[in-house]
Amino acid sequence: MAINLRELSKKTIPFTGGHRMCAGCGAPIIVRQVLAAAEQPIAAGVATGCLEVATTIYPYSAWGTPLIHNAFENVAATVSGIEMAYRALKARGAVDKDIKFVAFGGDGGTYDIGLQSLSGAMERGHDMVYICYDNGAYMNTGIQRSSATPLGAETSTSPVGKRIPGKPGHRKNLTNIMAAHDIPYVAQTTPAHWRDLMTKVKKALAVEGPAFLNILSSCPLGWRIPDDSSISILRLAVDTCFWPLFEVENGSYQMNYEPKEKKPLSDWLKPQGRFRHLFRPENKHILEELQAEVDRNWERLLRLSKYDSE
Amino acid sequence: MNLNKTGTHLFQGNEAVVEAAILSGCRFFAGYPITPSTEIAELMAVELPKVGGRFIQMEDEIGSMGAVIGASLTGTKAMTATSGPGFSLKQENIGYASFTETPVVVVNVQRVGPSTGMPTAPSQGDVMQARWGTHGDHPVVAIAPGSVAEAYTATIRAFSISEFLRVPVILLLDEVIGHMREGVSVEDVQAVEHLERKRPKGSKSDFRPYRDDGSGVPPMANFGDGYRFHVTGLFHDERGYPDLSPEWARTLMKRLMGKLDAHRDVHEWVEETETDDAEILIVSYGSPAQAATSALRQARAEGLRVGQFRVVTVWPFPEDALAKYKGQVRAVLVPEMNLGQLRLEVERVMGDAAPVLGLHRADGELFKPAEILEKIREVD
Repeated sequence: MAINLRELSKKTIPFTGGHRMCAGCGAPIIVRQVLAAAEQPIAAGVATGCLEVATTIYPYSAWGTPLIHNAFENVAATVSGIEMAYRALKARGAVDKDIKFVAFGGDGGTYDIGLQSLSGAMERGHDMVYICYDNGAYMNTGIQRSSATPLGAETSTSPVGKRIPGKPGHRKNLTNIMAAHDIPYVAQTTPAHWRDLMTKVKKALAVEGPAFLNILSSCPLGWRIPDDSSISILRLAVDTCFWPLFEVENGSYQMNYEPKEKKPLSDWLKPQGRFRHLFRPENKHILEELQAEVDRNWERLLRLSKYDSE
Repeated sequence: MNLNKTGTHLFQGNEAVVEAAILSGCRFFAGYPITPSTEIAELMAVELPKVGGRFIQMEDEIGSMGAVIGASLTGTKAMTATSGPGFSLKQENIGYASFTETPVVVVNVQRVGPSTGMPTAPSQGDVMQARWGTHGDHPVVAIAPGSVAEAYTATIRAFSISEFLRVPVILLLDEVIGHMREGVSVEDVQAVEHLERKRPKGSKSDFRPYRDDGSGVPPMANFGDGYRFHVTGLFHDERGYPDLSPEWARTLMKRLMGKLDAHRDVHEWVEETETDDAEILIVSYGSPAQAATSALRQARAEGLRVGQFRVVTVWPFPEDALAKYKGQVRAVLVPEMNLGQLRLEVERVMGDAAPVLGLHRADGELFKPAEILEKIREVD
């Protein structure tokens, strides 16, 4: 499953340019990398969100794959139905092609409103890959907090005021929740780590049964970062251990990357306008709390991956 | 925000809802982002903490609806806001609020459906859903303001009706009313009367949460105030305990469905213009009423006897008020941004007395006064 750049460059990726995702948005980069990594024909589903809206603006579509958009909460259920019908058709001999099913959802459509649908699909064991592009808020409706929004981040429904310093409470650890479903493959990555991302997509597509990828995605508008800093800020998310690159294969944890020098979380927070207020003296405790949470999670993952490799 | 100001100010419809809700004493909002209602949640997130209220964003619209029901039971005035797809998700809980007689205000800023439809375009496609969206026979009130100022007064009345009659009130804005900006006189809109929830008197041990006091609306204790309080979506007796007997079901449904009839003065809201000598009647509601008013003026200038019967409280439908025009008018026009929903009610009331002609569009476009005027001329 080695990834060869020269070969990749020759490949036609069934996702065209000219769509209306913002400059610097991580989501279309993720889609391109996912579809570039796939060797099998893909049928895709997409939950309501920026990716759905801005890649399918009337009368165009950026998708070269079959695509279904149903609603906000049910991409996993919708793809479940397709996958089940495909299985039945295959069993009957009506289809012989090896088709893979991929569902895309943002953090709103995955962590929040779509969690029940996702959980059901994973438990039933559909042969599908669910990809969450997590940019930490409802960006499509104008930057409202989600359960993926980090502690202290400013959004339009967790506004920073005199008393309340942004979002109260930590983000939900969805990757752990999905690992707890004991499905064959769960992983975390970012589009700044393209080789890691594409390797994980290949693994996810290769397993029989459900796989889940949680992919950190930049949003220049919501994160308040320059358009051209997405990749470097996504790298910082990994180098500060905010977003560890790891995978859980058949229940066994594997850390895919350990930074030589673990950078302080503030390196990742500082370039993002949504965290600006945290650098005021009165909010120092929030920075410390965020760092402590990152440390706790990182140590836990290290322990799990060490234990599993021994 | 303009709560403490005087004079006329430019408001957006969604802003007017937030201001009026806070003025009405709303101190709890649970919401979920959805176009074109999101401004209501965003403003509530900013404004509620300033007045000691609470805003929470939920994981979806089902959660939002559950949370406002819970908050209301504690004695707090509570509201949520959404649009088409979210309104669909709220339906089960709207039925629960209606059956458990929990006051809640649900704002639905209508966009074009079905399904995802046209998220940024106006519609009145949810009129029947507001009445019958949840399963089973149930009482519900729906109000469709026709201007930004009326969005303000309608919100105040929505809280009054909901609290006083213990019934969910659907505030049916459309995208135009929600996003349009108009001048609103603070003095005028703040003059609207507020009605409150009836509280129990007498000893706590005698309290029965669903005992009719003769008005059809049982006084309501706060959850957690020491009154015995059992809430369930099953058929329930005066204590709130499940009672599925046919005899009791008949008694309970009679009271529930009857309480709105008995208090028509509280919720009925119709605005009539130039109807005294009208031969052609326009029955309108929501933002198309503005185009209808303009068409009416032009028609009057041409000497045509046209009047407007503007329905503000859409449900319960003001059938007696409309029935007055049977025998007076030659024709009735119903302009609606749907393919004919309230028209069915108008037809039911008018019967054979006059033909009812619908002007319908569900394409995301507004009515132009000229379209309505042309229809008036055609009828005349």
